Amino acid sequence: MKLNLKIWRQEHSEAKGSLVNYQLDGVTTHMSFLEMLDMLNETLIQKGERVIEFDHDCREGICGQCGLMINGRAHGPLKHTTTCQLHMRSFKDGDTVYIEPFRANAFRVLKDLKIDRSSFDRIIKAGGYISASTGQAPEANSIPIGHEQAEAAFDAAACIGCGACVATCKNSSAALFTAAKAVHLAILPQGQIESAGRVLAMVDKMDEEGFGHCSNTEACEVECPQGISVLHIAELNFRYHKSRLLKK
Amino acid sequence: MVRLKGSTQAYKLWMALTGLFLCVFLVIHVLGNLQLFLPAEQAREQFNWYSRLLSGNILIMLISYVLYFSILAHVFYAIVLTLKKKKANGAAYAYDRRANVSPWYSRNMGLLGTIILLFLIIHLKDFWYQYKFGELPLDSQGQKDLYQIVITTYRQFWYVLVYELGLLALGFHLLHGFFSAARTLGLYHPKYVRIMKVFGWGYTVLIIAGFMAMPVYIYLMT
Repeated sequence: MKLNLKIWRQEHSEAKGSLVNYQLDGVTTHMSFLEMLDMLNETLIQKGERVIEFDHDCREGICGQCGLMINGRAHGPLKHTTTCQLHMRSFKDGDTVYIEPFRANAFRVLKDLKIDRSSFDRIIKAGGYISASTGQAPEANSIPIGHEQAEAAFDAAACIGCGACVATCKNSSAALFTAAKAVHLAILPQGQIESAGRVLAMVDKMDEEGFGHCSNTEACEVECPQGISVLHIAELNFRYHKSRLLKK
Repeated sequence: MVRLKGSTQAYKLWMALTGLFLCVFLVIHVLGNLQLFLPAEQAREQFNWYSRLLSGNILIMLISYVLYFSILAHVFYAIVLTLKKKKANGAAYAYDRRANVSPWYSRNMGLLGTIILLFLIIHLKDFWYQYKFGELPLDSQGQKDLYQIVITTYRQFWYVLVYELGLLALGFHLLHGFFSAARTLGLYHPKYVRIMKVFGWGYTVLIIAGFMAMPVYIYLMT
């Protein structure tokens, strides 16, 4: 099939970018969205033009590297899907496809569709870990954890940090990401000890990085490749208020 | 811009708490207004007595200050959060279909809130200002005849229309606001979240139906 692509091109983070039109013929329904972009890039190389830069890594939907705004939706028209797991069967011959980077003040565009998500890393650095002496991995069953509790923690820990929640949020809030990371540790015995300080540090860091507030539109849960529940945000709020109240 | 002390969480908390206080106020307001549905003569006496009771009570007066404060704080923090959001968003998308995955009213609380604020100004000018500072006729009991003002106002078709539209905006604002406030306060247990959602819907429908029925009833009956 033949597609009309309108792709965001930007030389560097300070440069002014714009949408550029490309025509691509010979796209098959079996291709993934990223393979379609690879194909376009091959034609650009043959023409001696600069290739379109975009983030990607595993192409299996688990690493959280890829992330594009496709036709005005984070990761494209499907729910709970990464960009790499979106296939061209979701498009028709002759379609016009807008491809833009995830946008937020806290996500700087580096080049074309490639963005800087290190603000996420700094939120994790603020408290998204457990302080423990390193060494050999401890025996997994030495701390008993019930099945339901383990599953609940996994549901939150499934976050791959792709940034779709921020991109789709009308306020560019990182509430779902921060909630997933803080709550998954808070509900496990290893993470409970530092829970209060962690929640405060991570939420305050999210503020400092320039993310917006959560107004509970729940759009993030729909676009999240892992379908992380927005109830984690409510739990984050609960834990934040509690920690703030009890802080000495 | 002046940098405000306090976190986004604190602003959100103010929005939720003032919003919920206003929700409680609406219950009292709609219940009081039910007296308008009494037979005309009885309604006049009853409603005017009730108005005098409210305006003369020191406890009600104190609560009314909390009410004025809540409205102002709700508007103030809404503006603060909107400015913050503008800054957080950065560049706009050239093609934006993000609205497809969430209810329209949840994404337009600011717009709905602005409509409600305009409506509130009209509403306060019509009744609150009239009662406090205007020249009102007296009823047979010698009470200020607010009932007459209400009747005269709702006899005008376009006025009824403005009220119905304002109340619709309020309805959608409540539909999202009520449950969003619960989330902001940290209600996360799935069972109670479900209960709260149903409760929020029921609350909104009853309140708005009650308010919307009044102008229509008076327009048709008098």
